[in-house]
Amino acid sequence: MAEEQQSPSGGGALLHRHPRLRLGLLLGPPMLWLGVLYLGSLAALFITSLWTVDAFGGNIQRVWNLQNYRDLFTIDVYRTITGRTIATAAAVTVIDALLAFPVALYMAKVASPRLQRVLVVLVLTPLWASYLVKAYAWRGMLSNDGPVEWLLAPLGGGTPGYGLVATVITLAYLWLPYMILPMYAGLERLPDSLLEASADLGASSATTVRRVVLPVLFPAAVAGSIFTFSLTLGDYIAVRIVGGTNQMLGNVVYDSFLTGNNMPFAAAVATIPVVVMLLYLAAVRRTGALESL
Amino acid sequence: MDKSVITRAAVAAVLALAVAGCGTTSGDGDDDSGSSGSEGQSAFTAPDVPMAESLGDNEGELSVLAWPGYAEDGSTDPSVDWVTPFEEQTGCDVSVKYFTTSDEAVTLMKSGQYDVVSASGDASLRLIAGGDVAPVNTDLVPNYADIWPYLKDRDWNSVDGQMYGVPHGYGANLLMYNTDVVTPAPTSWSAVFDDADSNAGKVTAYDSPIYIADAALYLMKTQPDLGIENPYALDDDQLAAAVDLLKAQRENVGEYWSDYLKEVQSFKTGDSVVGTTWQVIANLAQDEKVPVEAILPEEGATGWSDTWMVSSETDHPNCAYAWLDHIVSPEANAAVAQWFGEAPASAKACDVAEKGFCDTYHAGDEAYAEQIYYWTTPIEQCLDGRTDVSCTTYQDWTRAWTEIKG
Repeated sequence: MAEEQQSPSGGGALLHRHPRLRLGLLLGPPMLWLGVLYLGSLAALFITSLWTVDAFGGNIQRVWNLQNYRDLFTIDVYRTITGRTIATAAAVTVIDALLAFPVALYMAKVASPRLQRVLVVLVLTPLWASYLVKAYAWRGMLSNDGPVEWLLAPLGGGTPGYGLVATVITLAYLWLPYMILPMYAGLERLPDSLLEASADLGASSATTVRRVVLPVLFPAAVAGSIFTFSLTLGDYIAVRIVGGTNQMLGNVVYDSFLTGNNMPFAAAVATIPVVVMLLYLAAVRRTGALESL
Repeated sequence: MDKSVITRAAVAAVLALAVAGCGTTSGDGDDDSGSSGSEGQSAFTAPDVPMAESLGDNEGELSVLAWPGYAEDGSTDPSVDWVTPFEEQTGCDVSVKYFTTSDEAVTLMKSGQYDVVSASGDASLRLIAGGDVAPVNTDLVPNYADIWPYLKDRDWNSVDGQMYGVPHGYGANLLMYNTDVVTPAPTSWSAVFDDADSNAGKVTAYDSPIYIADAALYLMKTQPDLGIENPYALDDDQLAAAVDLLKAQRENVGEYWSDYLKEVQSFKTGDSVVGTTWQVIANLAQDEKVPVEAILPEEGATGWSDTWMVSSETDHPNCAYAWLDHIVSPEANAAVAQWFGEAPASAKACDVAEKGFCDTYHAGDEAYAEQIYYWTTPIEQCLDGRTDVSCTTYQDWTRAWTEIKG
């Protein structure tokens, strides 16, 4: 016994005797990653937004000023684009929540365990296909001679064409799994006994959904909405493919950098989604949804 | 004649400002002021980039940054191939990256990853000023001798008589329309401006600030009161008029295009039926049996005059010069010109091109070539020679373009 308890030799011994060193080595690299690369790039973004660029060569002038932010606030078009982007993100989030709720409820509470697994796989499958393939598929679907037109024409409708509606449809499709999965996980934790108790006490299905299911679902829906909202906020590719003439914040960032060669202004525009997301998270925190996740 | 002298002086002055700006930013102090003192410099000196004096053995590799259709290796159409013969002759393995706008070309060239680039007039000066391209020793490019004289030593490809590249070809931006839908056939750019509402939602336009010049050209011909002499020299009022015209156009635009394949596709599906295009796009669409026609409208057109330039950071200078010589050789130059739909720069290309091709594109016709308004970077000093007013810069145009798209 005594021999076995001898401390291991070499580096292992050192680590064994110094728990703090062990902890430091374990947490150091990921913290470095988080602190330097992740937060550092955000800081670099913010610092860059306080510089300007010379008109011809596109070289950055390291002169501190707030001109980029002044332009953002004073030129109307950027307010319009910010408003459009937030509205699109909100619409996508609401549509995804409405679509995901019945699917998640069915998966968690109605489907047999076998079917449940099949449904989870089906929900996840689209995530394996490339974003671009899916976006271009919607471009084909919504085009002038595409399937949507063909389906709706007999009903007196037609394709909405390329524009904001098409963008919302495409993004709602792309991010739907990110809403279904948290909702499914949330509902799975809801014990069946609660539903039965509610029924035994005479509540109708609607009342049960409203008083029992929704309160449990809310934190899960909030978690899902963080994905759908933030992913939409930063998107610039889908809107280029199906968005017609519309531009979102991501396009302004892209164009400022690539067309105008104006990295500082692109950085200033890029802080808008960051601020919007921080406000959104603060609002979410106040509802208490984050604690019960 | 004195107009071009003034233009050159103006360009030189602005380049001087830009270069002075580079100087201050290269210092690491944050309190460097970007503008002070730069007015004092009188003459423009291009950044001191060494020029190749002699050639050695080919390095076996070449990275080409090109407009779509300028570096075909037979993968689009087996009969369209001038990259493979080059690889066989020189042993330089070519990798090609296509760009869709001049702005993209400038940004990509700044990365220093590409050896040669096909730069239009709105990119070439920015590349020279940024020190991204090197002067070209035309003595090392034997086929340079056959290039039309009126393409040599121009504002967009040389500084102080020093060539920065080899002229490659030029052409006009055309009006493409779907012959089934747009009747009668349009003859004027009004089809995408004043009369655009007859095809509401199906008009398309080029997604780049330089497209503002197309609107300015239309205004130049239809509203002489505005006094536009050169679509790249717009004062504040003239730019505002062009912006208003483009904002009105936007109501009828289905989508803007910058990816040429996207335009082919949207004409194919009928989502676009009329809009600005390049000859190569019309050719591709016609190959796919789309009923389209591309015309040069009566107002004339904006256009491009392209130059092959060599990166200042190239690791493959010998392959780069070999490419320059190859691309303006009669066979290759004729092949590119016929595929892309532009006038070749080499006079001898007309001997090997299809019969009548050079007449169609007016190659060698200097008077015709002077009528196309070639893409040029708008700068503060008016390019049309006005001195009583300062013109809007490309930065202004970029901002205006964001505003037009809304």
